[in-house]
Amino acid sequence: MAVKTVIEAIRDAMREEMRRDSRVIVLGEDVGRRGGVFLATEGFIDEFGEERVIDTPLAEASIVGLAIGAALNGLRPIAEIQFTDFIWPIVNQLVGEAARHHYGTNGQVSVPIVVRSPYGGMVRGGLYHSQSAEGFFYHCPGLKVVCPSTPYDAKGLLKSAIRDDDPVLFFEHKRTYRTVRGEVPDEDYTIPIGVADVKREGRDLSVFSYGLTLHYCLQAAEALAKEGIQVEVVDLRTVKPLDTETILASVKKTGKALIVHEDNLTGGVGAEVSALLADAGFTYLDAPIKRLCGPDVPAMPFAPTLEQAFMPTTDKIIDAMRHLARY
Amino acid sequence: MGDTPSTASIAPGKHRSLGLNPEDLLDMYYKMVLTRVLDQRVWALNRQGKVAIVGSCSGHEGAQVGAVWAMDRSRDIFFTFYRDLCALLTLGVTPKEMLLGYMAKAGEPMSGARMFPGHGVYPQYRIINLSNVVGAQMTKAVGSALAAKIRKEPTVVIVFFGDGATSEGEWHEALNFAGIHRLPILFFCENNRWAISVPQHKQMAVPDVALRAQGYGMPGVVVDGSDPLEVLKVTRESAERARNGGGPTLIEAKVERLMPHTSDDDDRRYRPREDLERAKARDPIERFRAYLKGEGILTESQDTAIWARAQKEVDEATEFADKAPFPDPSTLLDHLWATPPGRKGV
Ligand SMILES: Cc1ncc(C[n+]2csc(CCOP(=O)(O)OP(=O)(O)O)c2C)c(N)n1
Repeated sequence: MAVKTVIEAIRDAMREEMRRDSRVIVLGEDVGRRGGVFLATEGFIDEFGEERVIDTPLAEASIVGLAIGAALNGLRPIAEIQFTDFIWPIVNQLVGEAARHHYGTNGQVSVPIVVRSPYGGMVRGGLYHSQSAEGFFYHCPGLKVVCPSTPYDAKGLLKSAIRDDDPVLFFEHKRTYRTVRGEVPDEDYTIPIGVADVKREGRDLSVFSYGLTLHYCLQAAEALAKEGIQVEVVDLRTVKPLDTETILASVKKTGKALIVHEDNLTGGVGAEVSALLADAGFTYLDAPIKRLCGPDVPAMPFAPTLEQAFMPTTDKIIDAMRHLARY
Repeated sequence: MGDTPSTASIAPGKHRSLGLNPEDLLDMYYKMVLTRVLDQRVWALNRQGKVAIVGSCSGHEGAQVGAVWAMDRSRDIFFTFYRDLCALLTLGVTPKEMLLGYMAKAGEPMSGARMFPGHGVYPQYRIINLSNVVGAQMTKAVGSALAAKIRKEPTVVIVFFGDGATSEGEWHEALNFAGIHRLPILFFCENNRWAISVPQHKQMAVPDVALRAQGYGMPGVVVDGSDPLEVLKVTRESAERARNGGGPTLIEAKVERLMPHTSDDDDRRYRPREDLERAKARDPIERFRAYLKGEGILTESQDTAIWARAQKEVDEATEFADKAPFPDPSTLLDHLWATPPGRKGV
């Protein structure tokens, strides 16, 4: 085992998969000589050459369109959308097209592409370098949406995504890239898409989160443990499809549920988790289902005070947990 | 702009310079006739309430048969769009299969009747037509050509589209990338001067789509789309260049739309009748028939027999598809994922 950052784990996953399978290519803006703006593909062009590490023109829709077409003709492309804030031009290709092709052809073709995209705030990114978008994409049948939070999960899930025959949207929280470290096995491993992970066990209430806020939830749970409140923290890891089994099992045990995410509240992942619990988990519940999410404003603003005000921070999460525990 | 393209007859003896024999020509002619007969049949079935929608190929047959004939049908990839019935039939799809699609019946090969007729894939013929979104096929076709190049396959991709599609942003993204990487792809525009009701002069500020090729570093060629032999010649030259590493070509076939946009459209609202009459003078079937007769390849009685044969084939196919069942409703949820997720989930 070695200790790695999230970005290192992601780089390792791609490098190992490219060594293992010559059908894997990467394409995107600045992924070549520059190695990607976050250095996710650093050194790749020297190892794999220009044919497999493709610097595309600055045209996001085509990056995904090209990936789909290459996948239809035998390759397994990894497309990088440099920042999630610039993901909107690809919506037609990813949602309108890729997510529908397997179904639309009655199972005759599949679209094994991964779209990687750095997302999220608390990086002083302002409105156009802080966005979260999983709330939009998790609505779409035919598309898998993964949001890892640790180096171990990021590596294992990215390998699964590359080997998966469906289009996978892989959101990487920018703030976790270099701030979150963790042990990663040296040998090859994968983590199944669609399976959540209980990151901390507890009996008093369940908290569901993913990405950066997952770490805030773990800090908050640690703080509450000192007050004698045992919080179970579930990392959803994949937001589409949701692991309903793990979600229900946790609330069956605790009777209380809080969902925390940075993406906007309304119609977000938390809404679906709430609906699931209200339906299939109704008899387990001892308290109202609570959500602590980014507010319904277009994105996290640039000013540090506004950034803090937007974010479900550890302090806000502690308050929400304490409140719910006492209900 | 708006010049009426040629109605002149096809130059005598042209097929010989292309190395085509009379059987080839009669085969091409049959595909065109079969397309027209099938097209008229499904239009009638639409009026009878048996076919939900038809997008007619009438007027485009010459361009499609010529383009497909020019390709290597054993290995090239064909990204077609909704108006390409003649291309599909030329590639090997049968009227029976098409009618299963028009009537949305079980056993339809390309999408299992999940999509409009002629949409989906036909892997055996390497036909790909994955959506109804105008222009969305462009970058995918280029991606397939990129994969062919990376995999060092001698495949050439041809992607078909209308004049309206050339206004989509992704159309330009596609040509730009193909030009940069000199990919083995042919961009084949079937310019019928109309995008539903919008005429060409409201779609673009240039008289020819082909002029845009210069901006993407590739040759652009205008060809008379009602002359299948001229289309074949131009497409063949372009395909050879692409196969030999010479990069992409933008081909613009000037064709005519002889019917409303689809069975849901009433073109009297926007299309002057004189425009339609001028278009009819360029019917590719009439022109090719005149050529074949002039060359002594087709007699009057042979011609009658060819139309009768097409009628019979379409009659049989109609009866077959009419009797076929609709897809089983229990299949609605099938094929959501190619790789099942770790847990069932939602
Ligand atoms: C992106 C998109 N916008 C609008 C439509 C509706 N629509 C279908 S066909 C069409 C016109 C297309 O014209 P053109 O590309 O010239 O092809 P033609 O039908 O004339 O052969 C339109 C507007 C669509 N299917 N997709």
